[in-house]
Amino acid sequence: MDIFLQFDLPSILLGSLAALACGLLGNFLVLRKQALMGDAISHVVLPGIVLGFLFSHETGSWAMMIGAGVAAIVAVLLIELIRRIGNVEPGAAMGVVFTTMFAAGVVILEQTGTAGVHLDVEHALYGNLESAIWLDAYTLSDLWNLQALATLPESIKQLFVVNVLVIAFVVLFFKELKISSFDPLLSASLGFSPKWLGLALIVMVAIAAVAAFSAVGSILVIAMFICPAATARMLTDSLKMQLIISGIASLSAGLLGYLLAAFGPGMLGYEFSVSAAGMIAVVAGLQQVLAMLFAPHYGVVMRKRKQRAHAAA
Amino acid sequence: MEQFFAALTLSAGYNTALVCVGAALLGAASGAIGVFVLLRKRTLVSDAVSHATLPGVALAFIIAQVYFGSGRSLPVLLVGAAVSAGIGVLAVDWIKTHTRLTEDAAIGTVLSTFFAVGMVLLTIIQSMSIAGQAGLEGFLLGATSGMLKSEAMTIAVAAGLVGLAVVLRMKEFSLLCFDEGFAAASGYNVRWLDRTLLLLLLGIVVIGLKTVGLVLIIALAIIPPVAARFWTDRVPVLVAIAAGIGALGSYIGAALSASAPNMPTGGLIVLVLFSFFVVSLLISPVRGILAAALKHYRFQRIVHLRQGLLAIAHDEPVLEPLTRSILRRGGFMGGDGQPTVKGQSEARLIERDQKLWNLYREMHPEESHALADWSLKPIGEVLPADTVKTLEQELTPHVVRDGLPGAGGAN
Repeated sequence: MDIFLQFDLPSILLGSLAALACGLLGNFLVLRKQALMGDAISHVVLPGIVLGFLFSHETGSWAMMIGAGVAAIVAVLLIELIRRIGNVEPGAAMGVVFTTMFAAGVVILEQTGTAGVHLDVEHALYGNLESAIWLDAYTLSDLWNLQALATLPESIKQLFVVNVLVIAFVVLFFKELKISSFDPLLSASLGFSPKWLGLALIVMVAIAAVAAFSAVGSILVIAMFICPAATARMLTDSLKMQLIISGIASLSAGLLGYLLAAFGPGMLGYEFSVSAAGMIAVVAGLQQVLAMLFAPHYGVVMRKRKQRAHAAA
Repeated sequence: MEQFFAALTLSAGYNTALVCVGAALLGAASGAIGVFVLLRKRTLVSDAVSHATLPGVALAFIIAQVYFGSGRSLPVLLVGAAVSAGIGVLAVDWIKTHTRLTEDAAIGTVLSTFFAVGMVLLTIIQSMSIAGQAGLEGFLLGATSGMLKSEAMTIAVAAGLVGLAVVLRMKEFSLLCFDEGFAAASGYNVRWLDRTLLLLLLGIVVIGLKTVGLVLIIALAIIPPVAARFWTDRVPVLVAIAAGIGALGSYIGAALSASAPNMPTGGLIVLVLFSFFVVSLLISPVRGILAAALKHYRFQRIVHLRQGLLAIAHDEPVLEPLTRSILRRGGFMGGDGQPTVKGQSEARLIERDQKLWNLYREMHPEESHALADWSLKPIGEVLPADTVKTLEQELTPHVVRDGLPGAGGAN
């Protein structure tokens, strides 16, 4: 039991919490057809994170968080600037900005010698879920013991705070987010600017991306943003239900993904374990595939069957 | 620095030279194909394509390892990459057409989950503990150091071939981008052309994996065309400029990365390309920022000068500081704020010009609205001579020409 508490539980918590924070925000990205903003943001935060790290010299610091937030805002402004001045389509403007900022992050990382010490390119891409350990946990009762809980890895605490922030953001601004996602014009005429709310959403996305970054890496963050939300979108039309379903999908992907990665190969008789972050994203993707195929209303299989019934009748 | 110049002049060793030339060819080919991807607004599909290569690379490595005893054969890995990237493209299309999810969500889903599968496979490879797997990491961010001669050669030749294919199919692709309906009516198979375009893009992505890495390879297909877009509107020129920027940027980037340790090739190439983009954004004569600023400045000067002279003609004081300084610099106003003789005579001319313009607007309201230069240039420079003559006759029916100053005095 203590091995589970010390090694597996922290990783599960880390993965699930990361998935939850991203998954909830992802709903609005998917609805606003901004899913690729999640992609762009998860790339552009890299230089911010690296500079924040160089400034504070510790991973998981708030300096990294601030650096990432600033990088995200810079990126949004740059994309807007290039789109307006260059008269290019938003996708291309986004492509220019996020590849450049990611490249800058990679070069700074390699050049300053930060690479290999605490932060390296592989971690930036893959994350490091398995590194989370909670050595002070011995029995289940430690889960209720504040003293023991205080010794949880810093990254888990950070993700916890970020989750609280994200949930507060979604609950407090639910009405505004809903209206501005579905009807930006109505939102503007009601007096809250869809632009500012959009920027706030992007900043929240950046914060969630950074918090999840150390756990799952920059590319799998995209899966966290999109897959649970897309899964939920296949299953329901109500935004509230969609948020709840995406939350459940995120948490279950985190749990199942980790368990499959850690114990799956063992059950098949192999000695190794595979990348947990990767497996979480794979599970999230599989959930989405299932939803796309078998969702009661919008699933491909159901629709085909309905069509056939229609044709027969 | 010396190392950099040596690499730049192809004298830093045969391998480095080959890598640089290969990168340049890759940049040229991807810049050329990128133009059509950009015009067709499919830029971000290439992001899904590039990330979707990872599981193919990893799977090809495992299969080659198990069946042939050695996984590190570039062609085999690239075939694997191409196959899984192709499946990725089909998956994006399927999600887009068969579910209620939009294209952006489809792209995001495919790129992240395919990448995740690749990562899981990579960890399996790591646990297989076999030699040669270190090379696989290079596919993520590109690594040209330690590239074999044969590999560099493969990349150079393949990139050259793709570039050639783009040039040969340029006319059809332009048609596809600008007028799909006309292309179809002219007997081209549009669907097939679209597939060819994606296939060539896929080829570039796969070839570039080793040099630039899968995370950044799309920059090679995006940044050069976007930068080239600032310089021209004509497709063949656009292709040429994009290919040139791509080639030069990749060449310099590869040379830079060869000149020092710890210089990731892909990252450097992207940064060099971005600097080309920034330069284009600033100084392009067609739609650069400087050109726009200059145009604005000229426009401002014309308007202020004209308004100032009109004020002089109407004996009104000129109070606006910018107008005053422009008038003074033109010698139309003395240091004391009084109009000079030259200013007086110019003011009469402008006043008359303005009257003609006003008359023109009264007589032909619609045409004058359509004119961008209404009352900005002397009327004789904009309208045909006979129109101006009619206007003049209308304005001063009985005075012959070059009438008295302030003729008509209708104001």
